[in-house]
Amino acid sequence: MLQIKDIHATIGGSEILRGLSLDVAAGEVHAIMGPNGSGKSTLAQVVAGHSDYEVTAGSVTYRDIDLLDLEPEERAREGIFLGFQYPVEIPGVNNAVLLRSALNAKRKHQGLDEIDAFEFLKLAKEKMAMLGMDPKFLNRGVNEGFSGGEKKRNEILQMAMLEPSLAILDETDSGLDIDALRAVAEGVNALRSPDRAIVLVTHYQRLLDYVEPDHVHVLSEGRIVRSGDKTLALELEDKGYDWVREAANG
Amino acid sequence: MATEQENLEQLVNRRYEHGFVTDIATESLPPGLDEGVIRAISARKNEPEFMLEWRLRAYRQWLDMKEPEWAHVHYPPIDFQDISYFAAPKSDEDRPKSLDEVDPKLLETYDKLGIPLHERARLAGVAVDAVFDSVSVATTFKEKLSEAGVIFCSFSEAVREHPELVRKYLGSVVPQRDNFYAALNSAVFSDGSFVYVPKGVRCPMELSTYFRINAANTGQFERTLIVADEGSYVSYLEGCTAPMRDENQLHAAVVELVALGDAEIKYSTVQNWYPGDEEGKGGIYNFVTKRGDCRGANSKISWTQVETGSAITWKYPSCILRGDNSVGEFYSVAVTNNYQQADTGTKMIHIGKNTSSTIVSKGISAGRAQQAYRGLVRVMPQAQGARNHTQCDSLLIGKECGAHTFPYMEIKNPGAKVEHEATTSKISANQLFYCRQRGISEEDAVNLIVNGFCKEVFKELPMEFAVEAQALLSVSLEGAVG
Ligand SMILES: Nc1ncnc2c1ncn2[C@@H]1O[C@H](COP(=O)(O)OP(=O)(O)O)[C@@H](O)[C@H]1O
Ligand SMILES: [Mg+2]
Repeated sequence: MLQIKDIHATIGGSEILRGLSLDVAAGEVHAIMGPNGSGKSTLAQVVAGHSDYEVTAGSVTYRDIDLLDLEPEERAREGIFLGFQYPVEIPGVNNAVLLRSALNAKRKHQGLDEIDAFEFLKLAKEKMAMLGMDPKFLNRGVNEGFSGGEKKRNEILQMAMLEPSLAILDETDSGLDIDALRAVAEGVNALRSPDRAIVLVTHYQRLLDYVEPDHVHVLSEGRIVRSGDKTLALELEDKGYDWVREAANG
Repeated sequence: MATEQENLEQLVNRRYEHGFVTDIATESLPPGLDEGVIRAISARKNEPEFMLEWRLRAYRQWLDMKEPEWAHVHYPPIDFQDISYFAAPKSDEDRPKSLDEVDPKLLETYDKLGIPLHERARLAGVAVDAVFDSVSVATTFKEKLSEAGVIFCSFSEAVREHPELVRKYLGSVVPQRDNFYAALNSAVFSDGSFVYVPKGVRCPMELSTYFRINAANTGQFERTLIVADEGSYVSYLEGCTAPMRDENQLHAAVVELVALGDAEIKYSTVQNWYPGDEEGKGGIYNFVTKRGDCRGANSKISWTQVETGSAITWKYPSCILRGDNSVGEFYSVAVTNNYQQADTGTKMIHIGKNTSSTIVSKGISAGRAQQAYRGLVRVMPQAQGARNHTQCDSLLIGKECGAHTFPYMEIKNPGAKVEHEATTSKISANQLFYCRQRGISEEDAVNLIVNGFCKEVFKELPMEFAVEAQALLSVSLEGAVG
């Protein structure tokens, strides 16, 4: 589904990704781990198409499309979803309005009619119930005054509504209490299917207790330095990132 | 110079002798301003003597007044002798015969604004009889109003048909020497609207300039007077969302509202004068005096405006809260893009007891535009229990634009409650990226954010007007980002 081949990416002139390759097939869940500053968010933003990042070499292919040719909104409509590490607040814009606009943009791209208000509300309330969110969040400004955990749940709500083919969740588990973590895990598991893929960027084994990954990768200094199955995450938890760094350099 | 002057006077007098009504209605006066020109304007409009006297008084006062300089705007000096003060309506021969002859860019904008097909022709200045006959619409409309006793007509018609009302109220809210442009307008005003709602009558429909029969050419010095007699209600919609082009660069209108006891006037404006091109060339200078007088107890005047046009805007719709318990409201969205400059705001003058006012001002600047909000809240010593709440928000799109806020408070009654809140925010690159990552185009994302920012004001507009206003904003901000 997603093939990243030897990409190099810079921001503000400094190279952050330095020859990173990753292959994600439909039906798989990948976990990406690694120390702070190793380039995890950069990878997520590059796939989503943030214009601050410049890809200087390599290729990113998604379902046989050259992803780097597409605008961010086109990538989104093709089914790529990014759960942001720091979801931005958009005061004054109703959460429901944003959700509905996003849903309709995608439906339009697929040649479908706009969803009517009644259907939309029904769907949104259903998903919110699954995530343990109060429906009143629909009428608040997007992320406006939300707590950290509420913002993350809101990301998962958007994902659940948009039903992406490829979801990249950037530290969606950070700073969550156990209930919120379970809710997020539930949202992710509900999305799992043979024709979808999920990439979880995380620091902790915690989330992986609820969402079992097929592959685990360790990122360090802009490269994947180690890949393995779910036991790699446990090993990391045990030995820390220094162990990976030494292994990589040695 | 002297001979030219004489010639003009001769010309004017001769025309007067020959009966001007049909004959000279199609001609414009040459540029320049003096008493002869004012006499000519008045004569061409067949005005009664009192109107001419009134104009002349205003003119003499204007002569020793100075243009205001304190507005936060910059423009080259205006040569008032270089303006023609009576422009006759364009003859049908000069107008496009059909929409096929109209600038396709203009039509494209109409399309984006969702303006109905039959309206487009009229707005584009197509000779009306060549397209559709608006008379039937206007007639049913007029019948309904006259059944209710509401007078709604052009200002010229009011001067002729209802001189007693005009005499009583004209200049009673905006005196002739109120300011430089008001004085000029009083001397040379071309036309405009007149509304009178009798005691206890709730006007059965929204009054809109759309439906005004004589709307075709109100000219650059428009004059509007609305009087709501005791216990009456009227909602008036000014302007339209279509871009208005005009060869006259200077526009100086005066609007006066009078609300007697228990009466309410709601005045909504959606204004879209041509702002000039992307380099700022050729736009309209819009210097307007709008004021409402809550003359009776428990009266209410509410101004709502959405403005996107003009190269330069200078205007302060205001309320004089004279009657006890009277209420003044001002809701405004002003958009400035490219090189536009706007200096707007409001004045709330509390005189009566327990008067209250609300100000909600939303300013959006993009490109290199500069916008200033200037609000005055004055509470007079006798205004026991006066209250004001002001909310003044600015939204910046891009790095080169600016917003400036100048709140003035003159509180002479210690018991008054006056609150002022102000915020400035920016549409950030991260907000736009967030929306785009959800599949929403950049343009739609800007619209979402702008509409969210303005919703408190939009909800004050009559429904269809609100929809048009939203479309208008999105057209005005097209290309503002990126
Ligand atoms: N605007 C910027 N200019 C220069 N360096 C940046 C900029 N933004 C992020 N970085 C650097 O890029 C590196 C990778 O950041 P990031 O991808 O966020 O790491 P992670 O998500 O793995 O913690 C960090 O060293 C960070 O300081
Ligand atoms: Mg990160």
